[in-house]
Amino acid sequence: MLLIHCPWCGPRAETEFSYGGEAGIQRPVGAATEEGWLDDEQWGNYLFMRRNTMGVFREQWVHTHGCRRWFELDRDTVSLAFQPAPQEPT
Amino acid sequence: MGNRYSIFKLIRHGLRHNEQWPQAWRSPEPAREYDAIIVGAGGHGLATAYYLARLHGMHNIAVLDKGWLGGGNTARNTTIVRSNYLWDESSQLYEKSMQLWEGLSQDLNFNVMFSQRGVMNLAHSLQEVRDTRRRINANRYNGVDGEWLTPEQVAERAPGINLNTRYPVMGASWQPRGGVARHDAVAWGFARAADQLGVHIIENCPVTGIRTRDGQVEGVETGKGFIRTRKLGLVVAGHSSVVADMAGLRLPIESHPLQALVSEPIKPVINTVVMSNAIHAYISQSDKGDLVIGAGIDQYLGYGQRGSFHTIERTLQAIVELFPMLSRVRMNRQWGGIVDVSPDACPIISTTPVKGLYINCGWGTGGFKATPGSGWVFAHTIANNQAHRLNAAFSLDRFYSGRLIDEHGAAAVAH
Repeated sequence: MLLIHCPWCGPRAETEFSYGGEAGIQRPVGAATEEGWLDDEQWGNYLFMRRNTMGVFREQWVHTHGCRRWFELDRDTVSLAFQPAPQEPT
Repeated sequence: MGNRYSIFKLIRHGLRHNEQWPQAWRSPEPAREYDAIIVGAGGHGLATAYYLARLHGMHNIAVLDKGWLGGGNTARNTTIVRSNYLWDESSQLYEKSMQLWEGLSQDLNFNVMFSQRGVMNLAHSLQEVRDTRRRINANRYNGVDGEWLTPEQVAERAPGINLNTRYPVMGASWQPRGGVARHDAVAWGFARAADQLGVHIIENCPVTGIRTRDGQVEGVETGKGFIRTRKLGLVVAGHSSVVADMAGLRLPIESHPLQALVSEPIKPVINTVVMSNAIHAYISQSDKGDLVIGAGIDQYLGYGQRGSFHTIERTLQAIVELFPMLSRVRMNRQWGGIVDVSPDACPIISTTPVKGLYINCGWGTGGFKATPGSGWVFAHTIANNQAHRLNAAFSLDRFYSGRLIDEHGAAAVAH
């Protein structure tokens, strides 16, 4: 079980948290086509394509059974160890 | 095949104390160039190579693996085979696989210990009863066997089951042709049969780069040097994103740990496969006697081939609730594999925007049952540079067109 450092509540058991996957995925904004719609490729990339990094990976967690706030952490996806990184509220 | 196994060979070698069996497959050094290269010597990769050689006349091919053959998810799954998927596309694909399973031991001249002991999927709520009945009907329209079992019939087939659990068993679907197979033997059988058709299986040969020119594959950089090829098939399960990235290809895949465990060997108590989506548990008993139990995926992304303890604890809670008689059975071993989870719980067996690059991934938590079928359609795709009718719907393109095949109901949980 992972020991997750919630920036507000401190180290807590993984069972208190829910996973939010890759961090920093931004919904593409701005007119991609003349009509202002996203085309299929942009939409598909945004919805489905993922980095799936092997190594240090920035990810989102939510402290579901605690403060219920979202935050981001860096974790090595091979060793599963969290990396010492600034834990700032998003 | 000069090296054919038979009853006479068994007797002859038995009389010689089994000390003179020839090697089942060679360990060749890689050639400079192949007509096709498959990356990943798991069940799916070896099956692909076998069907390429056997049905498509491509004998100058190689299967590369960074470790040893059948050492990844092929060695780690819970060996269940079934084809009772809901949607037409998937049930036809898995049914093709089921038909290949039924003749596989003969076909490969290798006993894969395919045992059609039946697969039971329990329903625990009124909604699940409706969904299950609907799935059975859909299966029957697609020529897949399926029956509805009442709770009494469930108890008959799985003695010891507790029907009055917290979520009572209200019935089950039953696929008599489903069952289990010996997972290692599947890899070994395909490896041996492919080797005899001239395929090179090259172990301890990690792929470190993919060379392309003008959008066409030229070859792969490996731990044993550069190997030229114009057709490259990636069948690397949990590492699909990593290898595809070498060709600049992005995938809709997330890799998660999936754990399983076996008990100490005990006398036969469960002679079928019992699965439950709602309480998340599935169990069967191997020929050796150990109870084979699979957990769900761990929530986080991970390449570590291990997961969290509470995940298997939760699964065992469900097993003990369903089979109280097993509460004192001790667990022997527990392990994790890395599964490649796709957004719609369906595989991607597809050509890609890179010419000569083919991908077979996204089997997630349930690829073992599809091993022969997956290899069969992927071989067709590589040989003809075009998907077969059975895997046309499983293209990478569907994540842009929106034609997803949502099998989360029938596939995502219990495998």
